[in-house]
Amino acid sequence: MEYSYAFLILLLPFLSFLVLGLCGMKMKKPVAGFIGTIMLGSLFAMSLYTAYEYFFVIGRDAATGLYPTVTVFNFTWLKFTELLTFNIGFRLTPISVMMLIVITTVSFMVHIYSFGYMAERDDKYKFEEYEHGFQRFYAYLSLFTMSMLGLVVATNIFQMYMFWELVGVCSYLLIGFYYPKHSAVHASKKAFIVTRFADLFFLIGILFFSYYVGTFNYDMNANPELIGKLASVAAKYSWLLPSALFLMFIGGAGKSAMFPLHIWLPDAMEGPTPVSALIHAATMVVAGVYQVASLFPIWVQYAPNQLHWVAYIAAFTSFYAAAVACCQSDIKRGLAFSTISQIAYMLVALGVSYAVDNHEGGLGYMAGMFHLFTHAMFKALLFLCSGAIIVIIGSNFKQYMGGLHKYMPITNICFLIGCIAISGVWPLAGFFSKDEIVSACFEFSPFMGWFMTLVSGMTAFYMFRLYYVIFWGQSYYELDPENRKKPGEVPFVMWGPLVFLAIVSIFAGWIPFGHFVSATGQSMEIGLQHFEFTSVAWFSLLAAAIGIGLATWMYLPKNNPVPDMLAKKMPRLHKAALNRFYIDDAWQFFTHKIVFGCFSKPIAWFDRHVIDGTFNFMAWSAQEAGETIRPWQSGDVRSYAAWFLTGTVALTLILLCILS
Amino acid sequence: MNIDYSQFLNMIPEVTLMALLVIVFIADFATSQRAVIPTSNGEANSSSRAWFNPLVCLLMAAHIVINIFPTTASVAFGGMYYTNPSVGVIKTILALGALIVLIQSREWIQRPDTQFKEGEFYILIASTLLGMNMMVSANHFLLFFLGLEMASIPMACLVGLDKYRHNSAESAAKFVLTAAFSSGIMLYGISFIYGAMGTLYFDDIAAKITATPLTIMGMVFFFSGLGFKISLVPFHFWTADTYQGAPTTITGYLSVVSKGAAAFALCSILIKVFGPMVEYWQYMLFIVVVLSITIANLFAIRQRDLKRFMAFSSISQAGYIVLAIVGNSAMSYTTLSFYVLVYVVANMAVFSVISSIEEHNNGTVDMESYNGLYKTNPKLAFLMTIALFSLGGIPPFAGMFSKFFVFMSAVKGASLSTTSGVLAYSVVFIALINTVISLYYYLLIVKAMYIKPNEKPLPWFKSANSTKLALAICTAGIIMFGVFSMVYSWIDSASIASM
Repeated sequence: MEYSYAFLILLLPFLSFLVLGLCGMKMKKPVAGFIGTIMLGSLFAMSLYTAYEYFFVIGRDAATGLYPTVTVFNFTWLKFTELLTFNIGFRLTPISVMMLIVITTVSFMVHIYSFGYMAERDDKYKFEEYEHGFQRFYAYLSLFTMSMLGLVVATNIFQMYMFWELVGVCSYLLIGFYYPKHSAVHASKKAFIVTRFADLFFLIGILFFSYYVGTFNYDMNANPELIGKLASVAAKYSWLLPSALFLMFIGGAGKSAMFPLHIWLPDAMEGPTPVSALIHAATMVVAGVYQVASLFPIWVQYAPNQLHWVAYIAAFTSFYAAAVACCQSDIKRGLAFSTISQIAYMLVALGVSYAVDNHEGGLGYMAGMFHLFTHAMFKALLFLCSGAIIVIIGSNFKQYMGGLHKYMPITNICFLIGCIAISGVWPLAGFFSKDEIVSACFEFSPFMGWFMTLVSGMTAFYMFRLYYVIFWGQSYYELDPENRKKPGEVPFVMWGPLVFLAIVSIFAGWIPFGHFVSATGQSMEIGLQHFEFTSVAWFSLLAAAIGIGLATWMYLPKNNPVPDMLAKKMPRLHKAALNRFYIDDAWQFFTHKIVFGCFSKPIAWFDRHVIDGTFNFMAWSAQEAGETIRPWQSGDVRSYAAWFLTGTVALTLILLCILS
Repeated sequence: MNIDYSQFLNMIPEVTLMALLVIVFIADFATSQRAVIPTSNGEANSSSRAWFNPLVCLLMAAHIVINIFPTTASVAFGGMYYTNPSVGVIKTILALGALIVLIQSREWIQRPDTQFKEGEFYILIASTLLGMNMMVSANHFLLFFLGLEMASIPMACLVGLDKYRHNSAESAAKFVLTAAFSSGIMLYGISFIYGAMGTLYFDDIAAKITATPLTIMGMVFFFSGLGFKISLVPFHFWTADTYQGAPTTITGYLSVVSKGAAAFALCSILIKVFGPMVEYWQYMLFIVVVLSITIANLFAIRQRDLKRFMAFSSISQAGYIVLAIVGNSAMSYTTLSFYVLVYVVANMAVFSVISSIEEHNNGTVDMESYNGLYKTNPKLAFLMTIALFSLGGIPPFAGMFSKFFVFMSAVKGASLSTTSGVLAYSVVFIALINTVISLYYYLLIVKAMYIKPNEKPLPWFKSANSTKLALAICTAGIIMFGVFSMVYSWIDSASIASM
């Protein structure tokens, strides 16, 4: 059978997790690293082969002209009742194949990169209780890769949810990886609690959906019977599907850090930088986007208005995050806000769709997925570059950087490529995907189009601001060369992946993505790839140019007074942006004052007095009864026989009474 | 009279078991020294037969492998004997339990003062297992009774195997006396049924039985005989004394394998033979289940001796096992077999730990002495915890799934508009509440091991490899049987095929 090796894609990383998790502590560091990396290398190869088979060898179905939905396997994992049955399966669709490639590519690069990064970082955490960080790290990475792959190939929404929670756990473990550090522990807890809170809605949504529709399946291509079920449910309960889908989206919003649930992602940067690149930029955080895309046919058909709410939420998030990103001094947090903003772009693209049609209303689907793909590459690149800088500088803060272009030429070039790509400058990857999104927005409403163009200008501004303050401007080292460590280039294991991702970021835009993924599944052309520039394209190029120009003017020269002056002129705004517009404080107030005060305390009282009381009473009565009946067990065989006979006769009498 | 010897092909499990018995017998006979009676200080002239235990274990494993694929339904010897896939499954489960017992027994049986009884121990285990196989495969009351006795009498010898230590002899005597008494009552019941029906073939009885005072009496009397084997309240009084006195390995064997066989036999006889009287035996089971679970729990709370404690725990578990029968469907067989399977691994894990600690610490089975075990023997304490969690039904261990399935089976087809339906739901509710109580006393041990301070915890010791192997099998089972549904589906498909 085709794809018969597919089970290995889930099994290999799991095995590697078991091996590294159970025996990793006894291995030498390089051995553990090699096991993880070789496993991922083979996964990467398998994913590429799968994609090649799927798109080119087997290709489109002759009858429908679509890429078929292939369910490689789908077995019953737990069967509680006929209806309550959990399946685990492996499903290939154009977007899941695309996700396979994204996940394994980035994960493979991160595995290689971590050899350099983690070895250096490990030395910094030589606490006694903090042994074997390196081996543990690779074990978690394997587990994460397995979970993320399981999520994207899910055949049913419950499987997706299960792996969804697993990636959440991995994210928690990896954010709190440097657990001797208090801030890391706090960040991991925050991430876990916030996403878990959102996942609660996801679960409620799943329960609503599956209870009324009667199945966990969500793919109408793989399960044709679903079409009828959905139609009849929608006819009977018009409120159901929109609310279920929106509840699920709240779960996705938590994972994908949409406003106001985004608060965990900036703090998640406490984790090792390769993790930020893999989990908090390229793969896990786009799970929400992937979820909406997977349910896209249902959204469009049964909940188009709610889908637009998604677009509005996402559009606001993208603007908000871009604004905050403009004045972060921690480079990783700056990138984190940029990630929030870019994921919001993808969700905007999905949200502005209003039909399953490649050109009229469905362009956003293709654009969103395309942006997911390109963004994963260049954002991973940017994060890995920042990791390289952090390794050399030993800090996340921009004031310790500056003027690094002399010392780190390769990182400099790679970071610049990432910046150009994300800013949407022709001919790099970001230009094509972002421009399709903006076109889709214009199709939806001019306001949305202009708004997203503005945000893309802001993107260019804050990215180049970051670039200039790191690589140009006043060098921190040169201020006091005697006492400060001289920066230098990172080793090959680290710059190798950077170069690879940079090359991908340059050329990914030229992939004829519309041929592979589109709303209807039919092939579509992306005009820009044939130099058919529309006015939309010119406008966004202009916005990017303005953003870059502004950043160059403000931050390229050494000691330019303009930024400080602006900050002084608008102190309130600047302070608010620095503090992320006080959203964290708002949540703090909401949870501590309102939730804890109004709900938790009464519930705690009820729990302590009523529920505990009931159980204490049960325990007490059981103890007492036990004491009372103790003499029955006398050790006297004759009395045993008497009880035996009494019991038999009593049972007979009772049954005879029932008979008569 | 000619016997068609090809009929033996229908009873391969019994044949392979018999072969095992013969091989072990010959091996024992051929290599045994003159009877070695231990001297007073426990020393014997050690002619350790180190190969013996692995040989028996391998033979038992071979027996399992040969019979692991359930046979198709067939009848042999003029309808006296029958087999079907679900019978095959339960036989495999019982053999698995016996295998774990054999592996785990090595440490105890090869001790100098018991070592000379090694051969008879294996033979007795094999013959009880053979009896149980006959019991679940019987299609005739007399063959059933023969199987039951064949399982009971060697069992009494096993209980009294350690007759120079503890109160093994006393517990064996109590077992024999109660067994004799219950066999008498059971035979009395069978005679009622014969009087009413004029036949003892299951199929013939099932075809024409109706509820009359005579058949009801027959059924209840017969049931109480089996209730003794399963140790249901009020037929359970022997359990605590016998479990306490018997060698720990045998206690484990008694509590899982013997119980599982009797429960399965009860299930198939009630459903198949007394099928037309279902509403009567459902009431009977409701009463007995509620009594067993509740009273045993109440007793268990007060116990300080771990083996006595496990005795009451096993009575309570028996209540859950029998609850599966109430549903009266194919699912009853499935859930019962699955429960027994999970119970085998969980309970044997507990008994392996108890027996290992007993062997290394001069026969300590006092709960007090487990205080602070985690400090000195963390691995053992951890495995014990997992096993107790499974017995208590905490997810994700298998015990939670088996309990859930039993409850599902009990209320299957029960509707709240009928009295028996309401009763079924109430019984399940009571069983649920009792799960909480049982959790309390299982966690008492966990608390003792992890939390309670102890000046002098049991010293660290290294368990024998055989004990480790038994524990590994059990732990793997506890974790896998729940999470991998293939096991349940496999049993379920066998049950459906047998209906």
